[in-house]
Amino acid sequence: MIALALPAAANEGGFVPPTLEDMHLPEILPWAAEYGTGFGKQMLLVLLSVALIAWFFLAASRRGQLVPGKLQHLGEMSYNFVRNSVGKDIIGERDYRPYVPLLFSLFFFILVNNLFGSVPLLQIPTPSHVGTAYALAGIVYITWIVLGLKKHGIGYFKLAVVPAGVPKAILPLIVIIEIISTFLVRPVTHSLRLFATMLAGHLIIMLSAAGSEFLIMDADFWFKPLGVLTIAGGVGMYMFEILIQVLQAYVFVLLTAIYIQGSLAEEH
Amino acid sequence: MEGNINLVGYGLSAIGGAIGVGLVFAAYINGVARQPEAQRVLQPIAFLGLALTEALAILGLVFAFVL
Repeated sequence: MIALALPAAANEGGFVPPTLEDMHLPEILPWAAEYGTGFGKQMLLVLLSVALIAWFFLAASRRGQLVPGKLQHLGEMSYNFVRNSVGKDIIGERDYRPYVPLLFSLFFFILVNNLFGSVPLLQIPTPSHVGTAYALAGIVYITWIVLGLKKHGIGYFKLAVVPAGVPKAILPLIVIIEIISTFLVRPVTHSLRLFATMLAGHLIIMLSAAGSEFLIMDADFWFKPLGVLTIAGGVGMYMFEILIQVLQAYVFVLLTAIYIQGSLAEEH
Repeated sequence: MEGNINLVGYGLSAIGGAIGVGLVFAAYINGVARQPEAQRVLQPIAFLGLALTEALAILGLVFAFVL
């Protein structure tokens, strides 16, 4: 992120667009000043999200009744969504059960953390810091490799990179491509997809907010009405961002299920 | 006017990803329109296609920032 050169700042009176640095507020716990603790706003939001999710599902499942009330119904519906339409449909009827907790917690952790980007005052999606996305995708990466090794032994690596039915002549080329795409590009895109969409969405909202402020407060008289347009566009992007946030949580968990299914499958 | 030409390049390269995502979802919508009961089967495939196509655009975004 060195050369994110938005137009040069600090020309007198001109518009100063927000930069990536503005997204990362100063750390809340400032001891060990040399390196910093890394405990910033995003970290606090992660803790908050864990508390929220735990509170919600504990409350929803505390009094399990045969005829569910509203809260219990909501909890069961969201659980069933992950269990059936992600776990059962993709990993398969036979062995999806052990992975439902992983998929479930990943989905709701990412969903809540993404939606923080659209909650006023909190207003930053945690995965817009790349560390969150790396950690999540790293967990998934280790999970499907370990699962594959457990199921197939060391032959898993052969299974993963040598597709069946390929002519011998081009096999070396295919194997190299498969190694790169499976073991290198896959975790990178898995994490960066989440990070990049959250970052870009937040940046757009920041930009429209800063632009509106500049147009309404500081611009020449004739340009002031344009601020209304940037506000309208900003609100539109805000709504679109909510859709993206939900979609990205779904896509992340869907890909997790697909990777797990791939490492459990008998053939390539 | 100052800026970085990388971002223009990224804008151009995003066209590819956009066309790809459009094709994926056009095929998905076609499939569901012809056979609505196939929706449950097609949905994960469509999103997998979306994810794979989008990967190129994401790599482009990263390279636009990093290089």
